[in-house]
Amino acid sequence: MQKTRKIYLALIMLFLYAPIFVLVAQSFNASRYRGHWTGFTWEWYTALFENEDILAALGNTLTIGVTAAVCATLLALLTAVAMRRMGTRTRTLFNGVANIPLLNADIVTGISLMLLFLGLGLRLGYDTILLAHIVICLPYAMLCILPQVLELDDVCYEAALDLGASPFCAFRKVVLPELVPGIVAAFLLSFVMSADDFIVTYFTKGAGIDTLTTEIYAELKLGIHPEMYALSTLFFAAVVVFTVLLVLNFRVLRRYRGRMARQGGQA
Amino acid sequence: MHKDWSIRRLFGVPFVLWGVLFVVLPLFFVLHAGLTDEVGTFTLAVLGEAVQWEYLKALGLSVLLALVSTLACLVLGYPLCLILREYRQKNGMIIFLLFLLPLWMNSLLTTMAWQTILERNGVLNLFLGALGLPTLQLVNTPAAIVIGMVYNFLPYMVLPLFVSVSKVDKSVIEAARDLGASHWQTLRYVMLPLTRAGIISGCTMVFIPALTTFVISALLGGNKVLLIGNIIEQEFTAAYDWQLGSALSMVLMIFIILNMLLEFFTSEDNERKEARV
Repeated sequence: MQKTRKIYLALIMLFLYAPIFVLVAQSFNASRYRGHWTGFTWEWYTALFENEDILAALGNTLTIGVTAAVCATLLALLTAVAMRRMGTRTRTLFNGVANIPLLNADIVTGISLMLLFLGLGLRLGYDTILLAHIVICLPYAMLCILPQVLELDDVCYEAALDLGASPFCAFRKVVLPELVPGIVAAFLLSFVMSADDFIVTYFTKGAGIDTLTTEIYAELKLGIHPEMYALSTLFFAAVVVFTVLLVLNFRVLRRYRGRMARQGGQA
Repeated sequence: MHKDWSIRRLFGVPFVLWGVLFVVLPLFFVLHAGLTDEVGTFTLAVLGEAVQWEYLKALGLSVLLALVSTLACLVLGYPLCLILREYRQKNGMIIFLLFLLPLWMNSLLTTMAWQTILERNGVLNLFLGALGLPTLQLVNTPAAIVIGMVYNFLPYMVLPLFVSVSKVDKSVIEAARDLGASHWQTLRYVMLPLTRAGIISGCTMVFIPALTTFVISALLGGNKVLLIGNIIEQEFTAAYDWQLGSALSMVLMIFIILNMLLEFFTSEDNERKEARV
């Protein structure tokens, strides 16, 4: 049984990582063409920093991702605080509206936003992509923040008020620290959703501007620039390093806490 | 105190404005475009054009492939969740992170990498050839699209399913085993009924993106397999027939609404049961 489990896990991991190995291998492939291995090269990694299309698209992806994630997280936080004091029916309605972009198909969201922007007379471009990304990030931000806000206990907040703190000060010093994990999760998840989105961006971007995903889609027809593989390999390596550090940090923290608890018990 | 609460209620205002303007109103724009002609008078003609045989065939194929992919995600994901549940105490977090890491890779690039793996002289056939096995012709077939869908949407199945599976109390499973149920019987009569909400939630999360994708079918189906998503995309970006594109989107919205209702009623059902206990 134990063996079957390990084999099953290994097969799933093979399935999940096979395309990633292929992409990493391509980034070192001397040939420009997919699937022909002609030798090892670093060339694409140096070429990456000279390819202005890719760098511009990367810039757009990063700035749109961060701005959309910040806006979605703030709006989700504000809304979640308001939802605490609502009746069940209003809350269900709010939840329903918030979840529409999550349950709706991306293609319908993209088309509907495009029709809206054009109907309002906006020119499709950077700003419309940003607005659209806040729309698709908001449900994920809500998903992370709302449960934590609803579980908050009023007692500490009211104690702070009784001790003379202003509502804002009480919120910042008492409530906010408890919400930090949810806020961080909301920001990260929103950023990932924004950076990885293709379909909604595709319909709301207009001509002359690209994010990484639309740039990749445009390149697909002519053959992807190998610099793109180099970029995604670098990005993936960064994520792996970050994750490993996170795991190590988590372990050290747990050991440290365990030791503190033991010492506390002795004293 | 009261003043504080009323100010807090104002915090909901930005969301109401946002929701009306950017969530609800856009959907009315789609309805408007799908239900009017060029000069803006109400007509069902466009919608009638959208339900012709050629489009229905694409829709049928999309539904079929989406169902197959959803089922495949469930069959692959359920054992994975059971295993993750077992490993949770020891190094479950590391396995879970290993599972989540590929999500950070751009999904267009990974889908294209599947093309490299599955094509005639691709990586898979290289391995099969080296082992002396017959090679497979997968790329540009519906099978390749299903593989791409499973790869892209498996996390949507596993995340809600894992939440549901890990909620089942260990003692319930032990009780079933003590009472003489086999592994299979425990799964069939204990685990599956207890995780029904998670299964349905996972299936609805996978079905809609699988039904409406146009990217995966474009990359792995060549241009030989047309799904409903491809047709809508072409209406908007190539044919510039926004009315027809909107009408086809409305047909898709029927599926989305059915899906939402299924999700809504099963999760409410579940909450009510929990409240009774």
